[in-house]
Amino acid sequence: MNEDKFPGHKFLPYILITPSIAVIIIFLIGPFIQSVYTSFFVSTTFGTNTIFVGLRNYIRLFSSPDYLNSAVVTFKFAAFVIMVGLSIALAIAQLLNQKIRGVGFYQVALIWTYAISPTIAGVIWASMFAPSTGLIPYIISKISGGYTLNWMTNGQLALFIVAAAATWKMLGYNIIFFLAGLQNVPDEFLEAARIDGANPWKSFWRITFPLLSPTTSFLLFVNMLYAFFQVFGLIDIMTHGGPGNATEILVYKLYRDGFIHLNTGSASAQSFIIFFVISVVAIIQLRIVTRKAIYSR
Amino acid sequence: MTRKTRQEIFTHAILILLVIVLAFPVFFALVTSTLSFKESYQYPPKLTPGNQFMNNLKEAWVRVNIGRLFFNSTLISVVVAIVKTILALLAAFAYTHFKFRGQGLLFSICMITQMLPLPVRIIPTYQLMASFNWINSYYALMVPFFASTTGLLLFRQFYMTVPADLPDAARVDGAGPMRYFWQILIPISKTNIAALFVIEFIFMWSQYLWPLIVTTTSEMRVIQIGIKMLLASEQIAPEWNIIMAATVIAMLPPLIVLLVLRKSFVEGIAMQTAK
Repeated sequence: MNEDKFPGHKFLPYILITPSIAVIIIFLIGPFIQSVYTSFFVSTTFGTNTIFVGLRNYIRLFSSPDYLNSAVVTFKFAAFVIMVGLSIALAIAQLLNQKIRGVGFYQVALIWTYAISPTIAGVIWASMFAPSTGLIPYIISKISGGYTLNWMTNGQLALFIVAAAATWKMLGYNIIFFLAGLQNVPDEFLEAARIDGANPWKSFWRITFPLLSPTTSFLLFVNMLYAFFQVFGLIDIMTHGGPGNATEILVYKLYRDGFIHLNTGSASAQSFIIFFVISVVAIIQLRIVTRKAIYSR
Repeated sequence: MTRKTRQEIFTHAILILLVIVLAFPVFFALVTSTLSFKESYQYPPKLTPGNQFMNNLKEAWVRVNIGRLFFNSTLISVVVAIVKTILALLAAFAYTHFKFRGQGLLFSICMITQMLPLPVRIIPTYQLMASFNWINSYYALMVPFFASTTGLLLFRQFYMTVPADLPDAARVDGAGPMRYFWQILIPISKTNIAALFVIEFIFMWSQYLWPLIVTTTSEMRVIQIGIKMLLASEQIAPEWNIIMAATVIAMLPPLIVLLVLRKSFVEGIAMQTAK
């Protein structure tokens, strides 16, 4: 693919990549393999011994209602964050991708939520929605004439509010990428479609959206990682996985089983299952991107 | 009014509405951070600022040592962002300017990084920290984060578009690869470096789960954990005014980094998406 631009330096490239490779092997691949290995064992009560149990940790998980619940919660949560988040972000990016005055200001004023940490988003939303004393329950009770919004006792509502907070935080990031993607859609294509009499709606779905697919699939993957892992702090601050276990996403359960209940075998098995899921999505995403590259050649 | 101006006014109206809605939670946090405890529980909720910000901040400072936590967060975010950038620059240089045995395999190893986020290897990584005696140290907070696929891809993408006569010219002038790297490649990568710095700084600043696990004493905590501790230390009801004062402080550094480096950041992303 690329040529050797500095022939005669046989060892230099290895020296250049050594730091990266060393970090990856020591802190990523090594521990990962160890984790897969650990997932086939259980430790005895005092943690002094481990016993090989084969696939039992996995079988236990898949027959545990708690774990299946956690998987469903994660799926719902991620689906919300991805679908709602990406749709709104794309709509806003489309609005921003026009020749209007003050576009620079709007850009900044709409992307900054990217800099908010999930934990910070969580604490702010928790205060706004604080049952019976927060601002939003107050407004809702005023509008509805007395309805008390208490998501601390309503699991589905809690999941919805947590997902909304997570989506809010991620909007800035998604807008930045969609806007960059939109700006790379050649004007001539849209112009041609307009001349052919296609309405904006149609030309968006027929031209813009397909051309955006590398950006969309990339964002899909990033948002999934976000919804799977980075929201840990947000969940921990807002709900601790509750009420009941209505907002206990997989990473939260993994943390509890691994670090609170010290069940390392099960936690390692959970790690591997999550790895498996994200790998599948990563491969699909890669396929979409490479297919796209072939198109444009 | 023509149809066009009407449409433009409509667009402005929607955009302004969106700006306000998106900013509202932070506005609310700012207001709360300036209220007294009593005011923060006023009913209907108070939406005009008070004058208690300094007192609230002082209280947060005393309770969870916000100053120290702020320092820790800043230190680990800056160091990790810089180290990640350097490692990514070196690796991208190697993969785009040289041909060497095992290149494909070694590149795949780097790409695996994005499939192995911390939670999928968290227990052994923790045990590794323990075996290095790194628990509750800056090493544990920083070193496991040093590898970056994002950076490698960002620079690789860019270096593949660098015209071949650039290194050729350097070679003819008698410059070795490292001189070419420092004097030519790095300066033209400034935009991408800034973009990566923004991404990695914000990423590190947001870390929560890992610091929660590997730190055991209050002076090694990061600011995100400090906020959790403020929230957990509540007696009767959360003291939102104090919590929000800490929150406002915790929000600032990543926001400043993003706003200051905004131009390069957006450009870097655009380059990345362009292909």
